[in-house]
Amino acid sequence: MNKSELIEALAQDIAVPHREAAAITNTVIDTMTEALARGESIEIRGFGSFVIKNYGSYEGRNPKTGKKIKVSPKKLPFFKVGKDLREQVNKNR
Amino acid sequence: MQTSNVTRKELAEVVAGKLGYPLSSCSDIVDRLFNAMKASMLDGSSIKLVHFGTFSVRDKKPRKGRNPRTGKAITIQERQIVSFRPSKQLRARVNRQA
Repeated sequence: MNKSELIEALAQDIAVPHREAAAITNTVIDTMTEALARGESIEIRGFGSFVIKNYGSYEGRNPKTGKKIKVSPKKLPFFKVGKDLREQVNKNR
Repeated sequence: MQTSNVTRKELAEVVAGKLGYPLSSCSDIVDRLFNAMKASMLDGSSIKLVHFGTFSVRDKKPRKGRNPRTGKAITIQERQIVSFRPSKQLRARVNRQA
């Protein structure tokens, strides 16, 4: 499923035009992106949570050449699936 | 470090404030949006949201593990997990602000 399919599913579910469902979906995703950009975490009950993890700098290697390189500190968003969803995904096979 | 936490409530408030629907409908709408995403994953199909990232359902093979408390060998059964891969844009956004 891509974003426009998600928008279409929402539009049908709540019976609004595609354009409105698109505005809603984009607002939610943008709000989540901005929160993560500010370093905030997101917690959606039954779905999962996002936290920003900080990684320190370390010495890595270019896998192709084997040359040592310094990897600068970085932040990465990390998603932890919620209990409900985790259990349902596992059951549902 | 105490950082604020965004929940469905905040998302509903932003949707209400930006698009002018009543707050009560927005809570329901936000729930339904996440439910649509859950339904897709329970269907086994991944969700690709451009500029944000991809949620995918992956199969994990059974493997041997140990009960950390008793040290007893156990088999961890095959299972399905949800994984999220942030998009390039999201990773860049997160790192932009120091």
